[in-house]
Amino acid sequence: MTSQLQAALKNALRTGVILFVFAAIGTAMLAFTHDNTEPTITRGQLAEKRALLGQVLPATLYDNDLLASPQSVPPDDLLGTRQASTLWIARRGREFSGVVLEAIAPDGYSGNIYLLIGIDADGTVTGVRVTAHRETPGLGDYIDRAKSAWIDQFAGKSLTNPDPRHWKVAKDGGTFDSRAGATITPRAVVKAVHSALDYFAQHRAAFAAPPKKETAP
Amino acid sequence: MMTMNEFRSLFHNGLIKQNTGLVQLLGLCPLLAISNNVINALSLGLATTLVMAASSGAVSGVRNFVPNEIRIPVFVLIIAVLVTVIDLSMNAFVHPLYLVLGIFIPLITTNCIVLARADAFAAKNRPLQSVVDAIAMGFGLTLVLLVLGAIRELAGKGTLFSGIDLVFGEAAKGWVLHVLPNYHGFLLAILPPGAFIALGLLIAANNGYKARAARHARAAVPVAA
Repeated sequence: MTSQLQAALKNALRTGVILFVFAAIGTAMLAFTHDNTEPTITRGQLAEKRALLGQVLPATLYDNDLLASPQSVPPDDLLGTRQASTLWIARRGREFSGVVLEAIAPDGYSGNIYLLIGIDADGTVTGVRVTAHRETPGLGDYIDRAKSAWIDQFAGKSLTNPDPRHWKVAKDGGTFDSRAGATITPRAVVKAVHSALDYFAQHRAAFAAPPKKETAP
Repeated sequence: MMTMNEFRSLFHNGLIKQNTGLVQLLGLCPLLAISNNVINALSLGLATTLVMAASSGAVSGVRNFVPNEIRIPVFVLIIAVLVTVIDLSMNAFVHPLYLVLGIFIPLITTNCIVLARADAFAAKNRPLQSVVDAIAMGFGLTLVLLVLGAIRELAGKGTLFSGIDLVFGEAAKGWVLHVLPNYHGFLLAILPPGAFIALGLLIAANNGYKARAARHARAAVPVAA
């Protein structure tokens, strides 16, 4: 009886040790790969983010490192955000020249549409990009720049151009194109860009305030 | 080493007799999700083949050290480590390719065919055979994915190879075939239900073909006898 128990214990111990060895080797391989790839991956992600910001706010508008100055903004109905979002302030010299906002269009056809909106110091939209969405493929997904140039029509628009009555999709009597069969999606995006402009108008003074100096202790 | 016959039977198994998509019906989640156009289907198929070849080779290499009781956890561990290593390395070193295949690599973890081949074949065979078996199975899956992708893209959008510019750069935009000009699209084919319907039709066609072949074989027997 005891020898049986001993054999079983020995077997359990043996399999346990083998499993442990495999787990240790696997962990070591993962740690090694992670260590060797992490710097390159982080660099790539930063470059991508920079390129994306460059698409909504032309690089000629600013000379500061946009990514170096992200600011956290509390949730705001005008941005459609339920959680803190990020904005990037652009400056040329010391002067405020524009801002990139994260906004959410909550009333798309299926779920939130995440937007990145560039606005210059005059309150004119410089560019909009959809960063994530779940709209119907082949139908509502033309808001994605990879699928069509639809989103480009926001560039140059502001709160007064077109006037508020025409800040709508064409089907509702506004100036923004939309495609037959998929109006809910562009309607949500148009509305979200318009409220982001409202948000900008309310907070422009704060954006334009000179950057906080490092106060000497 | 392996003989030509062995090689041939492994490929016959992978492509036709035990085809993962049509016969074994394994790994249907990524199969159904990613087959909405030809390019996506091809990318997922090749990525899965790569991971399967690597994991089958690794599993076969250590098969004699793994006690039977813990083989499944060890195989899962090996596959998970390999997928993560491939994912991280591709992200860091072949970034353009990663942008295309990247979203598919984690999906491969949900593909039970990788584990199924590790347990059913690689655990009992030598590394070379295991790698060939994995590649054959992978090609079988890729084939089904391609057909499914072509059917869905053609029915849904009237094109073939849309999105090819994501793989070969902007210049490839002109390679997209507009098979049915001025086609208004058939959304159902692109949405998930279209995947189920198209796969069902494919399986039915395959079964029908096999049933007919069997009938012919039966009918031929008395003549031969």
